[in-house]
Amino acid sequence: MTATETAPTTGTFVGTSAKRREDAALLTGRTTWVDNMAPFGTVVMAIVRSPYAHARIKGVNLEAARAAEGVVAVFSGADLAEDWKGSLPCAWAVTEDIKMPPHFPLAIEEARYQGDGVAVVIADSRALAKDAAELVEVDYEPLAAVADLEKALADDAPLVHSDLETNECYVWKLDAGDVQGAIDAADVVVTRRYVQPRLIPNAIEPRAVLAQAGPTDEVTLWSATQVPHILRFALQLVVGIPESKIRVIAPHVGGGFGSKLDVYAEEALAVALARRLGRPVKWTEERAENYVATIHGRDTVHELTFAATKDGKITAVSSEAKCAMGAYLQLVTPGIPLLGAWIYNGPYDIPNYSVTFTGVFTNTTPTDAYRGAGRPEATYVLERTMDALATELGMDPVELRRKNFITEFPAQLASGLTIDSGDYHASLDKLLELLDLDEIRSEQAARREREDVKQIGVGFSTYNEMCGLAPSRILGAIRYAVGGWDSATIRFQPLGSVQVVTGTSPHGQSHETSWAQIVADRLGVGMDDVEVLHGDTAVSQLGMDTYGSRSLAVGGVALWHASEKILDKARTIVSHQLEVAPDDLEFADGAFSVKGSPEKQMSIQAAAFQAHSAHNLPDGMEPGLEATAVYDPPNFSWPAGAHAAVVEVDTETGDTRLIRYVAVDDVGSQVNPMIVEGQVHGGITQGIAAALWEEAVYDEDANLLTTTMTTYLVPTAAELPSFETDRTESSSPMNPLGVKGVGETGTIAAAPAVINAVVDALSHLGVSDIQMPATPERVWRALQEVKS
Amino acid sequence: MIPAGFDYEVADSPAHALELLGSSADAKLLAGGHSLLPAMKLRVARPSLLVDIGRLAESSYVRDAGVQVAIGALTRHKDVRDAPLLREHCPIVSFTAGEIGDPQVRHRGTIGGSIAHGDPASDLPSVMLALDAELVVRGSEGERIVPAREFFTGVFQTAVGAGEMLVEIRVPKLGASTGWSYVKMTRRAQDWATVAVAAIVERSNGSIERAAIALTNMGGTTLRATAAEEAIASGTPIDEAAALIPEGTEPPSDYAASAEFRLHLAEVLGKRALAEALER
Amino acid sequence: MRHVALTVNGERHELDLEPRALLVYVLRERLGLVGTTVGCDTSACGACTVLVNGEAVKSCTMLGVQADEMEITTIEGLASNGDLHPVQQAFHDHHALQCGFCTPGMVLASVSLIESGEATSENAIRIGLEGNLCRCTGYHNIVKAVQAVAGVS
Repeated sequence: MTATETAPTTGTFVGTSAKRREDAALLTGRTTWVDNMAPFGTVVMAIVRSPYAHARIKGVNLEAARAAEGVVAVFSGADLAEDWKGSLPCAWAVTEDIKMPPHFPLAIEEARYQGDGVAVVIADSRALAKDAAELVEVDYEPLAAVADLEKALADDAPLVHSDLETNECYVWKLDAGDVQGAIDAADVVVTRRYVQPRLIPNAIEPRAVLAQAGPTDEVTLWSATQVPHILRFALQLVVGIPESKIRVIAPHVGGGFGSKLDVYAEEALAVALARRLGRPVKWTEERAENYVATIHGRDTVHELTFAATKDGKITAVSSEAKCAMGAYLQLVTPGIPLLGAWIYNGPYDIPNYSVTFTGVFTNTTPTDAYRGAGRPEATYVLERTMDALATELGMDPVELRRKNFITEFPAQLASGLTIDSGDYHASLDKLLELLDLDEIRSEQAARREREDVKQIGVGFSTYNEMCGLAPSRILGAIRYAVGGWDSATIRFQPLGSVQVVTGTSPHGQSHETSWAQIVADRLGVGMDDVEVLHGDTAVSQLGMDTYGSRSLAVGGVALWHASEKILDKARTIVSHQLEVAPDDLEFADGAFSVKGSPEKQMSIQAAAFQAHSAHNLPDGMEPGLEATAVYDPPNFSWPAGAHAAVVEVDTETGDTRLIRYVAVDDVGSQVNPMIVEGQVHGGITQGIAAALWEEAVYDEDANLLTTTMTTYLVPTAAELPSFETDRTESSSPMNPLGVKGVGETGTIAAAPAVINAVVDALSHLGVSDIQMPATPERVWRALQEVKS
Repeated sequence: MIPAGFDYEVADSPAHALELLGSSADAKLLAGGHSLLPAMKLRVARPSLLVDIGRLAESSYVRDAGVQVAIGALTRHKDVRDAPLLREHCPIVSFTAGEIGDPQVRHRGTIGGSIAHGDPASDLPSVMLALDAELVVRGSEGERIVPAREFFTGVFQTAVGAGEMLVEIRVPKLGASTGWSYVKMTRRAQDWATVAVAAIVERSNGSIERAAIALTNMGGTTLRATAAEEAIASGTPIDEAAALIPEGTEPPSDYAASAEFRLHLAEVLGKRALAEALER
Repeated sequence: MRHVALTVNGERHELDLEPRALLVYVLRERLGLVGTTVGCDTSACGACTVLVNGEAVKSCTMLGVQADEMEITTIEGLASNGDLHPVQQAFHDHHALQCGFCTPGMVLASVSLIESGEATSENAIRIGLEGNLCRCTGYHNIVKAVQAVAGVS
């Protein structure tokens, strides 16, 4: 595999598995996690949270807490009501008539989910803040609550926000072609219902914030966030300080997976309280707190319909989905389903298309982006239904997929978007080479024949996705509040080292390494000459941050364009000094040389020195060699691939083990295959985890039952096999790097592959569906059902 | 994540530990701390005094005691797993100790702590019950021996009284005709057992003559599957007898499984445990 | 307060500790060894794993006072004379870390596993690392790194 390839020390870096420059600090403990920091005088914040899913706050008694040892201040939600200039923002009003209830950092009159903050304690230490928080007395009047999104839509359901008079947040539709006509004309119509459980993202670093106010009203906020730039913008809206006075720093951030793509109550609280108290205020989330106070993902119920001809050509897809919002709308909560809205046809050519989403309030932690965000949900129902249709038609599921693949690119979709490039057959071909399907099928047949307790199954998922978020005009058209561009600044220092400032904000994605690869290549310098700066809005002023597999396809491409500007200026300087026309210069290996007279040359680093000394620049040229590019992608990028899972199911206990996982992905050109592969491994694992282990469970009263890492089951190494991965490559014509994005592909593809495999293992016994996660009990019950 | 405040004393002998334990109404013994500290961090447990017995090196041992093997209560799971005497004479104990938690837990957690905690989802209590082990409990009046059948009295309740401590575990040496098995089902390797079954069988002419079957996480305490044991003793074939394993149990319903599914698992895992015990 | 002496990464520290101070907070907040991290409340994630007397222990499930007179190794103490420990080096070579938050605990759990002689196969390594959660890597490259150091294919 590529992980052990070594990078050349000079020459072309892009495309090589250069080792990560991030590792040295992370491997030796020289880290800058927010929780590591405490400026002199720091006090610690603890939040008092509602134990009820829905309750009226009749009174809050803070006296005992205020009198406790080490306590600096204690506030209720009402005490701080005047501090807020606006609600915690939701940036995606997906429809004109969407209901957007106010959401303040602390609940004032009503708590609407278990974990909703109702008071805050500031004390000298973590332990004392925690002790005092126990002394806050809140007089709650419990109200009826609802956690199940279908029950929330019933006429007599308890209302999460009584003034809205409904739990329906919005209904959003996308229609193209004539779905009903296609259904009426179809030989076969298949409709299936799917429940996708609520997931908890579980970045291993819990969130943490530290806010420090300066003497002239300026504020610095360190936060374990994916989105320092968006956060800066949002803090003005909530706290009322102009953005120009806010500096947000995302230092080392320990994973996010979407959960740190948000603007949280604790961020606003820390800033507001640091200003009130004149002391640095710090808060570090505990894991049990993370499970209620950090966003969740998924929690949808779909009904998907295919119309098809009897020889397997799909003529229409129609999806009706109900999607849980939780109790409030966080930054992009209502828009998450929309991120999947254009891929309900996946890699298949389906001319008639209809998608409807109904957003639903429930008395639960808000949902928002979790790795894949809308696309795993769409891919799951699509790929499960592909298998259902294959069964219905008596066709091989692989053949059915092949028969419907889009083959011409760019491909104009019925839903209106255009797929940049792809070769879906190529990925599937390679997958089948790696898989040895005949061997699996013959082993399966033998086990079925001898009625083995342990049966095996194989499941496929051929997927595509849209990422590289996002063309700003399209975002505007679908009512997203801000743009989807990103920026890069490249700055030659006088002595030839290069600073790169990126608007992306990595938290595990290795931008420091791969951004250096891109820039070193373009400018012909060594990787070690390139320093990549990020995650501090005082350093990186312009940026839209890291999420949605966007960083390389947007921010990485911005680097390319900034490099071009640098080269243009350097070329002008060199042509001036060598007294040749710019067109007579060639650039290679970091130097400009005169065509035909290669001895006449100047390195780009020498040109940078000339730019800084400014002794001899063309008339009117500004000194310095620095350029900024802001890149707005013209289209989404469309990774794709073919995955297969092989599982073994114990038909007596229901215990299901993944025994092989094979993935062939086409993510366009690869800057660093080692890093790409790492993203694939992690993404696949989160998809597998959803299929087999993970599920946030609420009881009837909307109390979360899976409150710790011992009951919400994030898999360990012991549950997983090594993965078999390979790639095909359809460069994107949309950008000069040919890249698409890889952060979410595995998560999008994996869950249906695994569930398809579990169902395949048991299909001969009559099982046709098992709800995620396929727990031993669900498998056992499915078998009981077909036996009876 | 941070326990409520408490006082802390280090015991320098078992007698000293008992003396300290008696000094405060809600004092707790701290051995490896792997049951107690997690509960204290979540502030579910709030003892006013912890008596640290973790430094009583003399209480960590595995010793030949004639027909029994004696295990000091402070012997860590890792040392129980690796003890040659147990591997030779009572391998179900060393095997099961190796199945507890994860390596870090086994480096700190102790056999005495695990047994005295009385958690019905914990592995070693069932093994003790299936083995008819003897638990040596020490109080101010001296030591008394409690048979495993009388030791586990309720959810997180044992026969260890206030002011007493578990000091030694005595397990029988198993002869050549004795087979054993501990079959555990977990969602993830590190998890508590959804259900587990400990079986100790007496073999004769390739079949099981007598069996002791104990069940993990099938009720408020570890339980013996008495109906199945009696059926086996009276010659009922294993598969039929295994169907009686769930009889009389009242398993919990929780995130890992419903009570109904646990009843089913007890039978399946019990059958497998008996089959394995017959072979080993 | 209780007076204790901890030897951390070879250096002896005498400290007065509140009994409830967990070892991980003593390391982080009293000794400034912030390499060791906290990822959960329930001894599940293993991010806080350090070596106590040479063996992997979750430092969130041990009181600082329990470590009195013990030898502790944290991630900061693993490299010697500027050379990475072979496990650290293998994690780098195999891209066995992404965000790096679980990494100190994962590295120390791996060191302990390898030194115990139990890293005898891919499967044994996977089971041996059951006490440590990683959300980024899917464990694939972590297992490969440990295999490389343990010399098992």
